[in-house]
Amino acid sequence: MTTSRMMSRVGLVPAILLALLLLVIFPVFLGSYWLNLISKYLVFGVVGVGIVLAWGYGGILSLGQGLFFGIGGYLMAMYLKLQASAPNLPDFMVWSSTEVLPWWWKPYYSLTVTLISIAVIPTVLAFVFAYAVFRKRVGGVYFAIVTLALALTLTVMLVGQQGYTGGANGITDFRTLAGMSIISDKAKLVLYFVQVVILFIVMGIGTAIVKSRLGKILIAIRDREDRVRFSGYDTALFKAFIFTVSALFSALGGALYSLQVGLITPTLVGVVASIEMIIYVAVGGRLSIVGAVVGALLVGWSKSVISESFPTIWLFFLGGLFIVITMFLPSGLAGLFSRIKLRSATIATPERTQ
Amino acid sequence: MSAVILSVQELSVSFDGFVAVDGLNFTVERNELRCVIGPNGAGKTTLLDMICGKTKPSHGTIKFKELELTHMIEHEITRAGVGRKFQTPAVYEDLTVLENLEISYPEQRGIFGSLFFRRTPDYRLRIDEVADQVYLRDFLDAKAALLSHGQKQWLEIGMLLMQDPELMLLDEPVAGMSARERELTADLLKQIAPGRCVVLIEHDMAFVRSIAHKVTVLHQGKLLAEGTMEQIQSDERVIDVYLGN
Repeated sequence: MTTSRMMSRVGLVPAILLALLLLVIFPVFLGSYWLNLISKYLVFGVVGVGIVLAWGYGGILSLGQGLFFGIGGYLMAMYLKLQASAPNLPDFMVWSSTEVLPWWWKPYYSLTVTLISIAVIPTVLAFVFAYAVFRKRVGGVYFAIVTLALALTLTVMLVGQQGYTGGANGITDFRTLAGMSIISDKAKLVLYFVQVVILFIVMGIGTAIVKSRLGKILIAIRDREDRVRFSGYDTALFKAFIFTVSALFSALGGALYSLQVGLITPTLVGVVASIEMIIYVAVGGRLSIVGAVVGALLVGWSKSVISESFPTIWLFFLGGLFIVITMFLPSGLAGLFSRIKLRSATIATPERTQ
Repeated sequence: MSAVILSVQELSVSFDGFVAVDGLNFTVERNELRCVIGPNGAGKTTLLDMICGKTKPSHGTIKFKELELTHMIEHEITRAGVGRKFQTPAVYEDLTVLENLEISYPEQRGIFGSLFFRRTPDYRLRIDEVADQVYLRDFLDAKAALLSHGQKQWLEIGMLLMQDPELMLLDEPVAGMSARERELTADLLKQIAPGRCVVLIEHDMAFVRSIAHKVTVLHQGKLLAEGTMEQIQSDERVIDVYLGN
């Protein structure tokens, strides 16, 4: 009782600190250049919350979150591109001598259709795929490999269909969302706050799931899946559900990325990008929703700094970081934080130690 | 309505040519507490695995009341009223005793039911009742990982009791328990048997003697003998393969 109560209190304090940092300190002290970058990092915070749910709580490691990130990102990009180039064809189509707009691009003139697609397509795809796979009792590392292959397939497809997808260059050069500019400084500031609000909504949903009976069942599945089956649960359904939630958060992240950064390319949704998303969460702590966001901020920031000065060593740094975290800090920074917290609590009240 | 709850007919299974259970016939009635004994490799655990759906038999039928279990999968069998306890206690170590029991409560087993579930007083009452029964009332808020081995065995029995199954399959429930814990477990089993039927595998003959109504002896996947403890203990074949040494 005392530890679980303490943990939920520990969960609230960092969330409030994070809100203070994002809503007050950053906007007041940082210029628009840094705020833009932070918006980009926070996109991966949204993705990270989904990974915490699926990986940390459900025990499902997906190395293909880029697939869903890509679906969200490209759908949003299609809308933004059509907005920017209307009434003409998008520029990359002209360059690849595509002469008419493909029929499946047409619905994305509408923002409503775009938003619905971003929510529905990844959800249906993720659920059908995951339920079929989990029903067959495929799990663990095999599941990770299948998802990795899916992310790779998407990249190959995007690069190959240049006339429809912009190929290796992706889709870029956006201007407006529903008629409002998204590139002026003022618009960027608004988008920053929109990003923070969406992030906190996603974190709230994540926390509610973790604290519900479903969250407990997920932990139980992670620890003893056979036992949960013999308590009368269809465990494949629960795993598919949480995987779907994480896919949806990834898609949302992708859509926000296109909006914030103004481009989407196959590299951003490929294998390396997918693994980077996992590393953000591993660094922050895979059992901590706030941790995942902090991880995304920290790793994103070091990526900007390091790849600016030494572009070639970034991947080595990332790989090294992952190894160090896995070996010495399996529950990430959040684990370190609660260990320190616990230690100071036991020092303060030594009579409560067992 | 017949009193037979479980009826196993001509049940066989083999793994890579090794026949673990071979043409077994076996019935259990309501209110019965049946012990299954036999030397290692006799097919005792495999029998329970097949009843609860963990292993698919290669031949034969398993009737639980009116249901044919061989065509059902684990969670369906559980929902039909069969509870299974494993040989090494299978509890959720990262959750508290309370949460372990709560998850086993046979309601809201769907996605949205469990997402919006609220613990009602009734529910809490049932958890307390079961916790009392399995001697864990004072440990409700402890992480299951911190329990002793014997307490974990009790917790798993408690998790089955939450499901209120008509048929309970227990695989060596007193393994690793102290003498005192064994006595308490025997009391517990006698208390829960009425109204349902309990099938348990056990090696400890003193324990079997203290609780069993009827004993089934398996040997090399086949039924060797069945009867009361006295009959079994005086059966030449049983003494030969199992009790003798």
